Amino acid sequence: MEVVVCVKRVPATAGKITLTEDEVDTKFLSFAVSPHEECAVEEAVRLVEAHGGSSTVLTLGPAEAADQLRDALAMGIGEAVLLETDGTEWDAVATARAISDAVSARREQGRGLDLLLFGNESADTGDFQVGVRVAHALDLPCVTGVKALQIADGRAVAKRQVGSGWEVFEVDLPAVLTIKEGINLPRYPSVPGRLRAKKKEIERIVPERRPAGPERLRLHLPPEQERGVQILGTGPEAAPKVVEILREIGVMAQ
Amino acid sequence: MILVFVEHEAGVPLATSLESLTLGRRLSKVMGLPLHASVAGDGARGVAGALGAYGASAVHAVEDPRIADYAPTAWARALAQVAEAGDARVALAAATDRGSEVMAHVAAIAGLPLAASCVAVAAGDPFVVTRQRFGGSLLEDARIDAGLKLLTVAPYAVPPEEVEPAVEPEIRTVAPDLMEGDLRVRLTGREAADDGRVSLSDARVVVGGGRGVGSADGFRSLEELAGLLGGAVGVSRAVTSLGWRPHAEQVGQTGARIAPDLYIACGISGAIQHMVGCKGAKRILAINTDAEAPIMAKADYAVVGDLRGVLAAVIEEIRRLGSS
Ligand SMILES: Cc1cc2nc3c(=O)[nH]c(=O)nc-3n(C[C@H](O)[C@H](O)[C@H](O)COP(=O)(O)OP(=O)(O)OC[C@H]3O[C@@H](n4cnc5c(N)ncnc54)[C@H](O)[C@@H]3O)c2cc1C
Repeated sequence: MEVVVCVKRVPATAGKITLTEDEVDTKFLSFAVSPHEECAVEEAVRLVEAHGGSSTVLTLGPAEAADQLRDALAMGIGEAVLLETDGTEWDAVATARAISDAVSARREQGRGLDLLLFGNESADTGDFQVGVRVAHALDLPCVTGVKALQIADGRAVAKRQVGSGWEVFEVDLPAVLTIKEGINLPRYPSVPGRLRAKKKEIERIVPERRPAGPERLRLHLPPEQERGVQILGTGPEAAPKVVEILREIGVMAQ
Repeated sequence: MILVFVEHEAGVPLATSLESLTLGRRLSKVMGLPLHASVAGDGARGVAGALGAYGASAVHAVEDPRIADYAPTAWARALAQVAEAGDARVALAAATDRGSEVMAHVAAIAGLPLAASCVAVAAGDPFVVTRQRFGGSLLEDARIDAGLKLLTVAPYAVPPEEVEPAVEPEIRTVAPDLMEGDLRVRLTGREAADDGRVSLSDARVVVGGGRGVGSADGFRSLEELAGLLGGAVGVSRAVTSLGWRPHAEQVGQTGARIAPDLYIACGISGAIQHMVGCKGAKRILAINTDAEAPIMAKADYAVVGDLRGVLAAVIEEIRRLGSS
């Protein structure tokens, strides 16, 4: 089983975002990949543990994105590829093109490909489309939003969660899957894993940036939406007031 | 035309699709173009009537027995063909799982940019959208230069508005010209959630628990309260990461979106990524030991205190009233 998993370095925003003139101010922020992608990395490691083969993590991003590649290596991914940019933001079309080119080149070099994994959407731009675009470019089937996966006999049974249960899709390999958080609980990298990851070679490719839009004009913060909270009280004494509100809203069984 | 991809469940359009139609109708007015809807899947035709109330003058019903059930690439191919045949200027869908997926395929098929999770559109020259980043904690204004503009609409950004009087949409049957590869991905089965509980997305009351609940055991009182109110339990990411509860219960950016009449958030700090998931909640009641927790400013009602004591007292009060 040959698995390639694609991740994106993003600022780990917790509270309110602050902006510099035209960028997210990352001075006080650490960087990470989205929870979806962390699960995609874990899934790639588990697939190779279960079926043999090898795994590769790939990212398009600045030189610093090597940190996120090393995090994945520390979790047990075998190899890493950095599509290195100068830190300028790439749109989804340009990103998908660079990733498809890199994956195609690997296949031309005789590297196998059974599964190409992505996160369902990135944590920052939330474009919901890079995986689908890459699938089209490589002429592979694509299932998005995958939260349960079984591989057998050259086929993938991929499930996604809906309000009432699960939807099931079956596709032949090779295939593109975009993964959602919840498919697994990612492991913490071991100390030896971290040490090994530090020493690993990262393959670097410098792709050509060909922007296709949408073209970013400016970033701004959404208006604060405070609901004007009413404090019902402190501790257990607030219970009667809470129940009164439940009645008022009409959510108490009569 | 302005073309809106409408999702439906057994012939009833989803609320998120009505939001997209409402945005589509505004665009159709500004741009002086007719508003059309495209519907696929079993019962597509039956949805048409309901869309007239939102101003759709024509409904394209995609009818092909091979793709009567969900088939993302094929549904996208059909949508792209309707857009091309009708010289659509804008095609949009709700930023739901399916809407996002179908539009991504349309964008890939047409080789066009796609602006995801838009909250507003200024349909002039240039054509500028405002879209969400970081799950809505940041907005971006972006310009789209393309003959056909593709976008998805963030849930709850555009309240649905009916038109007076409703129009009677013309129904046009679409027999899409599918390519072989389009049929590779089709929904092949469904599995019901096995526990028979109230589903999070439909629950009228959601009792949410965060790290403040303290342990997997601590959720007993939340389950009890949810049971008394006929609701469901929801949780924060801290809770699923700790393995206290299944991920299916997670509310937020990388979990479920809920829209209950009341969300009772217990021991949840109110991180933006969590609040994204409960934007649809009509009311929020927060129970937290920290009066300064961010959730307090985002709630309608709050109780300051240890959730264990507060929940026990609320449960007792409900039982007392129930038995009297
Ligand atoms: C890309 C990304 C996606 C994310 N997606 C999600 C998501 O989908 N859903 C999500 O929830 N989070 C998500 N997060 C994580 C999010 O940022 C927060 O870390 C998380 O929501 C915090 O969970 P919490 O409120 O339970 O924990 P904390 O932030 O630790 O808050 C615990 C709260 O409990 C209160 N408390 C403690 N003890 C008690 C007590 N005895 N009684 C009452 N109150 C008490 C404390 O005052 C505090 O306010 C995401 C983060 C990122 C970066």
